[in-house]
Amino acid sequence: MNKAQIAVIGAGPAGLSAALEAARAGAQVTVIDENRKPGGQLFKQIHKFFGSRQHQAGTRGFAIGQGLLRDCEELGVSVQLGYPALGIFPDGRVVFNTAQGVRSLFAQRIILATGANENNLYFEGSDLPGVMTAGAAQTMINEHRVLPGQRVLMVGTGNVGLIISYQLLQAGAEVVALVEAAPQIGGYAVHASKLRRAGVPIYTSRTIHRAIGEKTVEGVELVALNEHFQPVPGTGEILCADTVCMAVGLSPMVELAALAGCQMTHIPALGGTIPLHDKNLCTTNPMVYVAGDIAGVEEASTAIEEGRLAGIAAARSLGLGDDGRQQAVQERLLALRSGEFGAKRQQAKEDILRTFKEAMA
Amino acid sequence: MRVHEHPILGQSEPESISIYFDGKPIPAVEGEPIAAALIAAGVRVLRHTEKSGRGRGIFCGIGRCNDCKMIVDGVPNTRTCVTPAHDGMRVETQYGLGRGSCHE
Amino acid sequence: MTYVRKTGYLCSEELANLPGVPSEERLSRGPVAVVECAQNIPCNPCEDACPRGAITVGEEITSLPSLAGDRCNGCGLCVARCPGLAIFTVHRDYTETTALVSFPWEYLPLPQQGERVPCVGRDGAYRCDGIVQRVMTGKALDATAVVSVEVPKEYCMEVRAIDRGRGIHGAR
Repeated sequence: MNKAQIAVIGAGPAGLSAALEAARAGAQVTVIDENRKPGGQLFKQIHKFFGSRQHQAGTRGFAIGQGLLRDCEELGVSVQLGYPALGIFPDGRVVFNTAQGVRSLFAQRIILATGANENNLYFEGSDLPGVMTAGAAQTMINEHRVLPGQRVLMVGTGNVGLIISYQLLQAGAEVVALVEAAPQIGGYAVHASKLRRAGVPIYTSRTIHRAIGEKTVEGVELVALNEHFQPVPGTGEILCADTVCMAVGLSPMVELAALAGCQMTHIPALGGTIPLHDKNLCTTNPMVYVAGDIAGVEEASTAIEEGRLAGIAAARSLGLGDDGRQQAVQERLLALRSGEFGAKRQQAKEDILRTFKEAMA
Repeated sequence: MRVHEHPILGQSEPESISIYFDGKPIPAVEGEPIAAALIAAGVRVLRHTEKSGRGRGIFCGIGRCNDCKMIVDGVPNTRTCVTPAHDGMRVETQYGLGRGSCHE
Repeated sequence: MTYVRKTGYLCSEELANLPGVPSEERLSRGPVAVVECAQNIPCNPCEDACPRGAITVGEEITSLPSLAGDRCNGCGLCVARCPGLAIFTVHRDYTETTALVSFPWEYLPLPQQGERVPCVGRDGAYRCDGIVQRVMTGKALDATAVVSVEVPKEYCMEVRAIDRGRGIHGAR
């Protein structure tokens, strides 16, 4: 039987950060991940990150990922790849699949950093080959270096839609347009501006009505939306496109937290159902911590800081490490959750904290 | 289509192996997902559904959605977006649940 | 609702109110940075980028960067450092009739020095032709090239890129 003081599930930005902080505090840490490569979605992020120097701002996402892997290796963190976690038992047993069959790992603390799933939309033709999530397109261009299409319609203008559209241009595709159902662009203006000066139109109060094509996508029909998000008759417009990418939000992957008996709450501003947690990311099951998108969908920089916090706190709960290390990380998180985009997430996080206290009272 | 030159990522790895798609050889990079090699070769329809027979292509690209299932070296329901390509691999379009399934 | 959140680019009224955009008077005194950052997002690498301390974000990293026009010499070190690619430099009086506009560039192919290129505004629409005077690359810029084009003076606060539509490159 395998043992670890701290098991981390998910080797993305949050999981790796949690692992290295826990290891730094002296814990014996094992990370497991279903993928063959570590890093989660971080190695697909080829843009320079925002934030401050403490958040490694100005560094491209994949370079931040390489740094995390280096640190984990130096600290002796065991990263086990190709192992999808299947469940968690009340005694701290994490069960996962391997090529040799099902195996278990006994841990005193478990940090769940499972990330999120991309949402999708249903419309006529949405099952045609050529309709995919924005993340799929990003994986293909930046990780596998193949273009999933030549003429792309991007649905959604949050930062994911804006950034991946720009990356599609960098990979040599044409982005025929971005459509946004809301009356205004969802993501940062600086990302939108890069696309506009590259000649890419962004249409607000508009969405995809249908994808057209016999065997694969050959075109798309757009439609204008009124203030109640209902289609306006007579506004259909057909564009030539071979690919539709959907960047319409993410939902936290909470299945393992549910199996571990963690109480949930529903916070639309953070992506939906989320395990309740305290300010150190501990859930209602004191053995289980969460970090990154599972604790509320935000951005990779936030996931890294949350991972650090969960790693420090989980180790601390085992009597490892020093007090007072949480404070600095909490301050950096607060900085990332300020301003006109971040304040809403900070408010939602405070709501979670309040609900957590009520649940534990 | 492959992205050989990239302003941030530089040059990509060259294709060095072949896999067989419905019997036809296509070039691939050792270890890349089968679906990536198929996309590079212009293949977009990977399977046909059991009920309606409509085609499906990659959708999530990271092994979650199961839309990219094909028959790989005789094994149906293989997720081609997360299965690495190796030289000589035989990849077939899957119809329904694939040959050898309990529905056959 | 602001114009930029509707269209994706800043209009002249929005630009006029930004603390990172130099005055007409400053433009007349030589090359200078133009920081077109208009939202309170958590980001401050521009502050560290400037060796002369000409850009200030301050304690709150969501504050808008403000430019001290008399400290800035238009060196352009900040251009490739801005993760939002929102900093440009403008040398309005480059010659009697032309200005030099520099902008970040992360596409292939890189334009070549001396190349005549169609120049576009923030909306991506054609403004004028320009001549590429300099293309800065190198490890310190981390794959963000800085391209300088000479354009007719009256376009110096209009031109912000060159037309990408010179064919699709990089892909086979």
